[in-house]
Amino acid sequence: MDWTRILVNTAGEIFAPTTAAYALAAIGLNVHFGLTGLLNMGQAGFMLIGAYGFAISTIAGWPLWAAVLVALAAAALFGLLLGIPTLKLRGDYLAIVTIAAAEIVRLVGRSTALTELTGASSGLRGNSYKHTFQDASPFADGTVALGPFEYSMNASNSWWIRIVGWGLVALTCLLIWLLIRSPWGRVLKGIREDEDAVRSLGKNVYSYKMQALVLGGVIGALAGIVYVLPRAVQPDSMGRPMTFFVWTILLLGGAATVFGPLLGSIIFWVSLMFIKSVMRVGVPESIMRTEQIEQFGWVIVGVTLMVLVIFRPQGILGDKKELAIDVR
Amino acid sequence: MSADYTVPEPVPFATTTAGRDRVTADLSHVARTPGVIKPDAIVVADQVTRHFGGMTAVDVAHLEVQRGAITALIGPNGAGKTTLFNLLTGFDRPSTGTWSFDNRSLSGVSAARVARSGMVRTFQLTKALSRMTVIENMRLGATHQPGENLFTALVPPLWRAREKEITEQAEELLARFKLDAKRDDYAGSLSGGQRKLLEMARALMSRPTMVMLDEPMAGVNPALTQSLLGHIQSLREDGTTVLFVEHDMHMVRHISDWVVVMAEGRIVAEGPPEDVMADQAVIDAYLGAHHDTDLGDDALLEDGIERLEAKEQNR
Amino acid sequence: MRSAATRDRSTAAGVLLALGVLVLTTLFTLVPAPSAGAAAAGPCVADAATGCINGTVTTADRQPAVGVVLEVDGPGGTVQASTGTDGRWSAPVTAAGQYTVTLDTTTLPPGEQLRDPSGNPRTVTVELGSSAGALFPLGEPAGTAPGDQATDDASEPSDDASSDVGAPVGSSASGSFSWSRLAQQATNGLVFGVLLALASVGLSLIYGTTGLSNFAHGEQVTLGAIMAYVGCQLLHLPLLVSGLIAVLVGAASGWVQDAGLWHPLRRRRVGITQQMIVTIGLSMALQYTYQFFLGGGQLRIVTTNPTMLTLGPVRITMTSVVSLVLSALVLAAVAWFLLGTRIGRATRAVSDNPALASASGITVDRIVRLVWVLGSSLAALGGVLMGLYLNATNWNMGGALLLLMFAAVTLGGLGQAFGALAGSIVIGLVVEMSNLVIPSDMRYAGALLILILVLLLRPQGILGRAERIG
Repeated sequence: MDWTRILVNTAGEIFAPTTAAYALAAIGLNVHFGLTGLLNMGQAGFMLIGAYGFAISTIAGWPLWAAVLVALAAAALFGLLLGIPTLKLRGDYLAIVTIAAAEIVRLVGRSTALTELTGASSGLRGNSYKHTFQDASPFADGTVALGPFEYSMNASNSWWIRIVGWGLVALTCLLIWLLIRSPWGRVLKGIREDEDAVRSLGKNVYSYKMQALVLGGVIGALAGIVYVLPRAVQPDSMGRPMTFFVWTILLLGGAATVFGPLLGSIIFWVSLMFIKSVMRVGVPESIMRTEQIEQFGWVIVGVTLMVLVIFRPQGILGDKKELAIDVR
Repeated sequence: MSADYTVPEPVPFATTTAGRDRVTADLSHVARTPGVIKPDAIVVADQVTRHFGGMTAVDVAHLEVQRGAITALIGPNGAGKTTLFNLLTGFDRPSTGTWSFDNRSLSGVSAARVARSGMVRTFQLTKALSRMTVIENMRLGATHQPGENLFTALVPPLWRAREKEITEQAEELLARFKLDAKRDDYAGSLSGGQRKLLEMARALMSRPTMVMLDEPMAGVNPALTQSLLGHIQSLREDGTTVLFVEHDMHMVRHISDWVVVMAEGRIVAEGPPEDVMADQAVIDAYLGAHHDTDLGDDALLEDGIERLEAKEQNR
Repeated sequence: MRSAATRDRSTAAGVLLALGVLVLTTLFTLVPAPSAGAAAAGPCVADAATGCINGTVTTADRQPAVGVVLEVDGPGGTVQASTGTDGRWSAPVTAAGQYTVTLDTTTLPPGEQLRDPSGNPRTVTVELGSSAGALFPLGEPAGTAPGDQATDDASEPSDDASSDVGAPVGSSASGSFSWSRLAQQATNGLVFGVLLALASVGLSLIYGTTGLSNFAHGEQVTLGAIMAYVGCQLLHLPLLVSGLIAVLVGAASGWVQDAGLWHPLRRRRVGITQQMIVTIGLSMALQYTYQFFLGGGQLRIVTTNPTMLTLGPVRITMTSVVSLVLSALVLAAVAWFLLGTRIGRATRAVSDNPALASASGITVDRIVRLVWVLGSSLAALGGVLMGLYLNATNWNMGGALLLLMFAAVTLGGLGQAFGALAGSIVIGLVVEMSNLVIPSDMRYAGALLILILVLLLRPQGILGRAERIG
């Protein structure tokens, strides 16, 4: 068994762009669920909107900053549209509507009717929208090795995307840290506990929920951009399972904490990679085929989510006294 | 508290600000008839009705609440008291009717706006935010906080000063309500009575002109009752109007200036506590509800209405 | 992750929960796995140790080609893949290098052929951590006279699926409007809606009695379909027997789930939102368990060509007619059960107010258990019939239908069994008839949009009353 390779691969996940993207998505979901108690079951929809917004406007020839703005604005608009009918209703309605809306985005994106814009189900190739981001890199091209980790500086799955991705994670963590400690965060926490009480104190609950939904969604769109930069925009890879992974990550690390989503994402991807790598080497092909190992990994994720929610809903970093997953 | 009821010279339509004597004086020559006009009404409601399916929960033709007074709203279970409360505070929408608070119409105004306009309520089942500390609960009650804006929140220097101010105000109130020792405890760890106190103190953070208390005594330890009564009375001394729903007749008799009796959604009697308690219509209303049915059925009705209300609020 | 979490917190409920999953898992291990040729990978995810080769096979008229088998051979070994309902396929490889991708032309949908036969097999270069595409366009090979192959006979059962779970026989792609198409689509919609109702009624009953939005209900539907496939295709039992087994397995799984998972959770007073997230985890675990054992490809419960009936402008398969009648009978029986029997009335009482029902002597836990068994067996039956109606099933069929079920249940008023029936028929009609105006691969999106609009305008649903006296 080649343990060095397995360990290097596994350690590489700690700072992989995907890990950063999922951490960002979970931070966004944390604003929804951890801070406000909103059951957003369509975070992948926000991510997909962000990815499409960024990729399509870049392909249309827009500069990097404009493309990012388009992505964020599209996600904000999506959040507004979802929030208007549902934020006055009971929590589980929001869950059903967000999951349905995310599915609508995916179904419309992969529809052959929009092939010219979205590339239908085969999606948009990475090379068609990566250039503005790669050109923005201040570093020289080439391959750089840091210890056992060797990636190209700017192209595709690069150091540059790692730097930007984790920079964004750090920035949003700072943002959440500031917000949790502010009176704004206090109102959200009150809403999570009992929105009627907060309403009776003169706060516009609807507006606060909307702000939280849009803010978390915009962070989700950012996550979508980071997610697709090293790969392609493929609507089918950004469906319901993605949302559920983000939930697992958030609950693993600890909702309503600043670093929970970050820690959750790292643990999630590192463990998954480790388990799969070991099984690929250790389990003979006759017992489990390569793709079965892949599926086995996802079964583990599902069971982990169940076990977590039942036995440790506050996650690794959370405080049970402060968080109970219970939304009316 | 003067015990003598020698009525001072009547001052027609006097505008009073505080004190039991003044209020008693103002109300002394108001007729004891349902829906009577008050000298200085802060709340005026007209033709307020609320139907749930085929049932009429509230049908109030006219109601006025005197400014600066402590008004009690009593009635048998299922009389529509809490529903009326919910309507007045914007937590429920009426089927028909209009009402005003401080000469501003509040019909169709959202609960949050009602609270901001100075009418703050508490709930029958206390809504202390249990996973927040007592002091955070209090701070949440304050109004005009710049830090409650998403963008200002990101720059602490912009809201620190106000935060300090409200923390001081909160600490003062907590001391008054003898909760200062619990300042940093989670509200969930408080006893039922302490939660009632906290909820009332929190409501006072916004310096309201009128407080609506829904069964402030329910579930409160008798040891705390006296101090709660004291707090309510001191509100009147500060010029705050109080309207409360209560079942405890002792309390009603003890502190209220005026009593409004509801039965089957209507107002059946009004007057000073002594008069109302002796009123045959009131006795009938209470007995009527219990005469030929048992209490269990009544509780069912109340329960049904609460569920309906919860449903309505979810819409 | 799992072992760490369970080790220090394993309690009775945990054991039961694991048992529940295990029972379902063993159910599948008892069954011989299909040959490697039928198996296919789920979506491949490229990471530091995996590279992906993928592509989409679409027919000449741009519909996805389902069940096409490809073989990838190279330094990392040989991997087989087949296209899913969306025509996509992907194969994970564990070593970088050049791979030969061969498309098995015998698995192409009837009447389809490669546009460029010389491009099969083709070679692609794969790097770890990224994906490489291998495209095989279908259509008229250059130089062949067009026309001959283009005739599309609607009576031919084809594996073409126009959306996540395929399209029924007789369903036409979007095109110009005509009254006969309208009638055809309305009929399809009615059949689809009634089958959907079988699944939704259970979802609604469970929501009504426990307040739980069960996101794993779709997997109950899949379970039914898959059990029917296992019975018919792997154990070679007659359809009727396999269908019956499927329903029994569904009922058993409902019992096991409630006894092993939901009942202990209710006893622990686990919040309803927490339980909802548990259903999401369960749904994920079950979906991939199905895929683990049966692969990602299409599974056809029956392989014989269906008999077509022509009624005026409408063409309908004999199977659909039988399904329709059977569903109507079952739904009528459920209605009779809820309205006419003592225990059914008790069920509705629990749904109305569990505390009150409990106070009046109804054993709420027994009713809930019954509802789980009933709901799961209805879902299984719905799954079997849906699998027949859609011509094929797969590991994700219930998952794809789940949101339509939610739409139906919400439309009819959450928790109201009869609302779910009405809602399902509306959703069925919308799904099938939206073909007339929007592209067929967007038809599910149309139904979901209606769900959102309903919530906006009438959150209590079509049948839910705005006001009700307890």
